[in-house]
Amino acid sequence: MRLEPRIASPAQTILYPVAAFAATFAFAALLVLMAGVSPLGVFRLVFLGAAGSQFALLETLTRATPLIFTGLAVTVAFRAKLWNIGAEAQLYIGAVVTVVLGTGAVAAPSWVLVPLIALAAMLAGGLLLLGPALLKTRFGVDEVVTTLLLNFIVLLFVSMLLEGPLKDPMGLGWPQSQRVVAEAQWPRLVQGKRLHMGFPVAILAALAVWLMLARSVLGYEMRAVGHNAAAARFAGIPVNRVLALTALISGGLAALGGVSEVSGLKGNLTLDLSPGFGYTGIVVAMLALLHPLGVVASAIFVAGIFVGADAMSRAVGVPSYIADVMTATALLTMGTAIVFTRYRIRWR
Amino acid sequence: MTGAAAAPVVLRLEGVTKRFGPLTANDAISFALRRGEVVALLGENGAGKTTLMSILFGHYLADAGRVAVEGRPLPPGDTRAALAAGLAMVHQHFTLADSMSVLENIALGTQPLWSPRLDRGRALKRIREMSADFGLEVDPAARIADLSVGERQRVEILKALYREARVLILDEPTAVLTPQESEALFATLRRLVARGLAIIFISHKLGEVMAVSDRVLVLRAGRLVGERATAETDRHALAELMVGAEIARPDIGPAQPGPALVEMKGVTVGGLGPIDLTLRGGEITGIAGVSGNGQAALAEVLSGTLAPEAGTLAIEGRAAGAWSPRAALASGIARVPEDRHGVGVIGDMSVTENLVAEAYRAPAFSRRGWMKRPAARDFARRVIRDYEVKCSGPEAPARLLSGGNMQKLILGRALDGAPRIILASQPTRGLDVGAVAYVHARLLEARARGAAVLLISEDLDEIMALSDRIHVISRGRLSPASARGELSIREIGARMAGLGFDHAA
Repeated sequence: MRLEPRIASPAQTILYPVAAFAATFAFAALLVLMAGVSPLGVFRLVFLGAAGSQFALLETLTRATPLIFTGLAVTVAFRAKLWNIGAEAQLYIGAVVTVVLGTGAVAAPSWVLVPLIALAAMLAGGLLLLGPALLKTRFGVDEVVTTLLLNFIVLLFVSMLLEGPLKDPMGLGWPQSQRVVAEAQWPRLVQGKRLHMGFPVAILAALAVWLMLARSVLGYEMRAVGHNAAAARFAGIPVNRVLALTALISGGLAALGGVSEVSGLKGNLTLDLSPGFGYTGIVVAMLALLHPLGVVASAIFVAGIFVGADAMSRAVGVPSYIADVMTATALLTMGTAIVFTRYRIRWR
Repeated sequence: MTGAAAAPVVLRLEGVTKRFGPLTANDAISFALRRGEVVALLGENGAGKTTLMSILFGHYLADAGRVAVEGRPLPPGDTRAALAAGLAMVHQHFTLADSMSVLENIALGTQPLWSPRLDRGRALKRIREMSADFGLEVDPAARIADLSVGERQRVEILKALYREARVLILDEPTAVLTPQESEALFATLRRLVARGLAIIFISHKLGEVMAVSDRVLVLRAGRLVGERATAETDRHALAELMVGAEIARPDIGPAQPGPALVEMKGVTVGGLGPIDLTLRGGEITGIAGVSGNGQAALAEVLSGTLAPEAGTLAIEGRAAGAWSPRAALASGIARVPEDRHGVGVIGDMSVTENLVAEAYRAPAFSRRGWMKRPAARDFARRVIRDYEVKCSGPEAPARLLSGGNMQKLILGRALDGAPRIILASQPTRGLDVGAVAYVHARLLEARARGAAVLLISEDLDEIMALSDRIHVISRGRLSPASARGELSIREIGARMAGLGFDHAA
């Protein structure tokens, strides 16, 4: 058995990803069957839970918002072949900056405070990734290792802050920060629902990243560095500077996700602010094939699976972990589908 | 070699046609290969040689036509069937596992995947026999990584023979060999055909085609344009068939030396130097030498990718400041790098994006941080036309270009805008006759308009033909310059071997 290169027909480039999703659902159905429940009923409940009502749909979009930010952060970095596994840490740093500036330290009207916090947080997130990027360009230190380990360091740092300087004195001893002041909050989009400003901001960010990658000088440089750093350097593209800027943008986008979660949704910082949005962002970006607009679609898909599975598991006795299984399977089958659009398999 | 007209046909192609969109890579190609003959497949880059072989091996499906091996039709698109039928190919880039032994590489894939162990004794015996029979000396226990390029090629050929190949296809086998190794290869090929093998020898080097083949098939633009018995033709006729017109020998007038545009004094970097080198306008300065004697470092210094560790570099009389690729470009140096694929182009980006890679920051191509895409595309269309780059359009990915066309793309990027200083590092390595002539013509054109050209090449004929002044590089040091025709090829060869240098220093 071996793989042979080929050029897929347009029909195949559509058919294989569709088949990938079909395979994902088939595999999930198998697991559901093993739990003794009807798969069709479960999928119906997942769908209804994700998009069956206005409430469900808004909840899915709310959950998709941080995933769009982290997905974009990963997309930007991966396009330049800067392997940022640390979106989780950058998101938390953004949240830390939000509560440091937003809980009364700076008294300013909303139109000053909101952009100020966003910019400061993006800078902090960017700087957090700049370190690993500089270690990579100066000393050849593998950024996969440094960014991954920074996730744990930052999470412990946040834990220390929440037990110490940032601890809410009125929090009944819980490790949580004070709530951000009203001027720092991002408005809700629908009265009485959780969907907030973060979602349109994330869409705008996706458009901006798409424009930057496709049309800007920096985007051109990033793609050139990602495709062939040696040729880019030879042509006079300042590779190290491009990687540094990539780090600032990527880390900034993830940090903006942290601002959005605190200012738009939760109101304060806790240690469970992110259930792994930084890592899921990698899945989102890969499913989108590193296309910024695709990130929006894949983030909504992944969020829908999670939200729908939560609702489903409340109704029937299938654990919501099925959502993790499905996103993981989707990533594997999609990866396989992409291989099949480029290669054909030969048995004997 | 022996006439083989009566021998049975082992491989027959009938009307093989392959189209890629508007491009017809193979147009109704038919020929027959007989036992015991060497057929040379001659053609420029992009003539369709590689496509044809890919169809033979089932990597591509032909749009029309049939292939038969020993009278039995070969199922299209089935690599295994092609190998089973006795076709074997030795690629330019070897397909060996570096960390494994010669024996393991040869036996790899000939035994079932799940068999617990290799039958070493039997394999070893067969390899020893074949080595002795065909003059393919190589130690079966040696690791591939420890072998020379020539030895690795022998392993590839042994691999094919071990699988009882009846048709051996060699893709530009001498490109990586020294002249002595090439001679040994030719001797081996003669022994192989004497034993009844049939060989297809893909090349664009006319000399070796004349030396090794019985018959020559000439491909041009996807069509079989000629078939000649080697004994009844000559190099000149083949060259004409190959490019479709008589190749004019470049007419080189006397040099009109201008001012010194580049002056290196005591430049030292890595294994290079200290060297003094002056490049004058209107002159081609050639650097001859055996590969690995400091040519790469010299090219990198002039390219801007390496800054001199010691010594001075002056461009048009001014000392070069902070030295970088961008600084080199800004001081008017056009660069043609040695490694086209790895350094010259970004394969996954379009022809357009590659063409603007050195100039995208100029106002012509970007404004306030945004690319001017229409301007870049117009520029690309013009370069594609002016430099005869064959591609499906400005949006084609650069990796789809053949070697010659890739080099034209790089030349277009470097030479457009009439640069004053030109670095051409191995500019014709691996190119066919037509593309070589094209590159030479462009370099001579630059010389005629007063540019200073530094030509670094391992092809001594090329250096002798083009250079007004020749330095020989050996162990990082430069010989004094000799004028065109001052030294014979033997004298230069002696310098290349290190004679006349003060290496004690």
